[in-house]
Amino acid sequence: MKKQTIDSRPAGPKPWYDPRIRSIFFQIVTLSIVFWAGWTLIDNTLSNMQSRGISTGFGFLDETAGFGIIMSLVPYDATMSYGRTFWVGLTNTLLVSAMGVVAATILGFILGVARLSSNWLVAKVALVYIEVIRNIPLLLQIFFWYFAVLSNLPSPRQSVEVGNALFLNNRGLYLPEPVAQDGFGLVWGGLVAAIIAVVALRIWAKKRQLATGQIFPTFKVGVAVLLLLPALAYLVAGQPLTWDVPALKGFNFGGGITIIPELAALWIALSLYTASFIAEIVRSGILSVSKGQTEASKALGLPNSLTLRLVVIPQAMRVIIPPLTSQYLNLVKNSSLATAIGYPDLVAVFMGTTLNQTGQAVEVVAITMAVYLTISLLISLFMNIYNRAVAIKER
Amino acid sequence: MNNAKSIAVGAALILGAFTASTASAATTLESVKEKGHLQCGVTSGLPGFSQPDENGNWTGIDVDTCRAVAVAIFGDAKAVQFTPLTAKERLTALQSGEIDILSRNTTWTLTRDASLGLNFTGVNYYDGQGFLINKGIGVDDATQLDGATVCIQAGTTTELNLADYFRAKGMEFKPIVFDTSEQTVQGFASGRCDVLTSDRSQLAALRSKLADPSSAKILPNTISKEPLGPVVRQGDDQWFNIVKWVLFTQINAEELGVTMDNVDDMLKSDNPNIQRLLGTDGDMGAKLGVPADFGYKVVKQVGNYGEMYNRNVGPDTALGLDRGLNALWTDGGIMYAPPVR
Repeated sequence: MKKQTIDSRPAGPKPWYDPRIRSIFFQIVTLSIVFWAGWTLIDNTLSNMQSRGISTGFGFLDETAGFGIIMSLVPYDATMSYGRTFWVGLTNTLLVSAMGVVAATILGFILGVARLSSNWLVAKVALVYIEVIRNIPLLLQIFFWYFAVLSNLPSPRQSVEVGNALFLNNRGLYLPEPVAQDGFGLVWGGLVAAIIAVVALRIWAKKRQLATGQIFPTFKVGVAVLLLLPALAYLVAGQPLTWDVPALKGFNFGGGITIIPELAALWIALSLYTASFIAEIVRSGILSVSKGQTEASKALGLPNSLTLRLVVIPQAMRVIIPPLTSQYLNLVKNSSLATAIGYPDLVAVFMGTTLNQTGQAVEVVAITMAVYLTISLLISLFMNIYNRAVAIKER
Repeated sequence: MNNAKSIAVGAALILGAFTASTASAATTLESVKEKGHLQCGVTSGLPGFSQPDENGNWTGIDVDTCRAVAVAIFGDAKAVQFTPLTAKERLTALQSGEIDILSRNTTWTLTRDASLGLNFTGVNYYDGQGFLINKGIGVDDATQLDGATVCIQAGTTTELNLADYFRAKGMEFKPIVFDTSEQTVQGFASGRCDVLTSDRSQLAALRSKLADPSSAKILPNTISKEPLGPVVRQGDDQWFNIVKWVLFTQINAEELGVTMDNVDDMLKSDNPNIQRLLGTDGDMGAKLGVPADFGYKVVKQVGNYGEMYNRNVGPDTALGLDRGLNALWTDGGIMYAPPVR
């Protein structure tokens, strides 16, 4: 007799009734539809563009641009390529975004704390500010600052001047530009040395505090070192710095640093607008820290400032960081409203003039979208890393 | 198997959407006839060229160019809808098929003709780029503009001409680039720029928008050639021919002395040129694919080229532009149309 193997497990369902196989099947189907749709879109676009005689490809990036741009952080003139206009636009976008993020964060934190102030007037002023600013469309605010405020400044010949070095008119704010002479490297060296010294000091002070409980005034000493060391180097090197002071030449001021009103209007509007949202985020973060924490800290005898710095803010940050990231992303994307007032950002320069002169709409729009996506993902990445650093550590 | 069903339906829908988008290969004339109106891209408001009047009716020489095409197809100058476009949007709107014809003081250049999938059908206004400045600034010639701040509209050939001109003269300038021509005027009026640059015809129109037009003047220099005309998509020769020959018909009508007022009498003319033009002889309309009397109707409803010019931008209008280059070749200008035969 043959030996019978007996499998005690019940026979599995048929493959088309097996939930595992089914789910894999449908995932493959869905994925292939998505890929097929994407491929069809691209193929369709290319063949339609070809049949309409529209040239495609990225060769246009090497052609001569031939138009002027008022402001650029990288060297640019009209004889350079369309590819160069991309970098001009990109750096201008990054400049106004970075300036906006810094200003909005500082102002937002101040407002958020002020909103919770026990001083009635301060709290109400912050409340009114937040409710007014965040409920008016950003584009209107940009127009307000540009057309209603900054364009009413006096003409260049009647500039507001401070000490014959700083001029303000409807063409911008003109500042003297520091020009480094031979030997200025020593000052940079001094600064680097000071930073290293401060970091070392901080590590040492922390160690000592853990060991002995004594607190070292790291902040005051650190600031002093940061200021004094470069200043000393500056004197030793024989004051190697001259100033390029702006002066009226023909139509406009020449020389020095110019902050054009387009940049100023966009920066002010973006900062004020985003700050009002950040203020609410900060407020919600602070309120999320339970009152018991503050009371416990008081019971330990910590003064108000230390309670805020060591107990409340670190816990509030966990709530604040994720929505703060979205606000930063919003600010960067909102900076594309620059095109409305003629600030030469990526959208105005590259997706505006370059797109129009070359007619390469699909390529230019794709590049621009990819850039905003990259910037946003990078901000998200760094904020997530920071978030992980401040998040609750399970020990 | 509900899941599978819904997926199948979804896939079918997606498939349908894609095939539908590729299958629409009807000619422009057919699709225009089917819609019942012509879709025409114009400016968002430029006096004399395309601007809505107080009743909301679009007027201007670019608008009339479109109306003439609508008359040729439908016999009705009202069978046209207008899409206001900024300079930046205009070419994409035409490429994507959003509009059938672009009549928006667009300069005819090699790049636009050859690499954008577009065809310029002719010239309805010969223009050139100039400068508008404040009289108070004490400048009489463009060569004195070194270091000036210049307001300019984005997406125009003027951006390139400006850079070329200043570079050729070894001068510097600061461009402030706005999206619309209204904003350039606002920037100029507020003193943000010393100079406003655009086509000379536009400068006249924009100057009339200033609070005090007499405070500004147009410099004598013309720094470029700007032949402005209607544009259509490449790849539809029939449509290209219709738009081209409607304008030629208007120019020929002026040359032959056919006007809105006398066109009915002219139907009895025994001049063979006029007979072919108005459709009383020959089959010119059939060759283009429009009614035989399209020439008669165009002149009757929109007028000949000269009437169109004088009504919108001529010496008696707010713009007060002389015919200049836009006079017929028989009057010392360069408006010249091939013969209708």
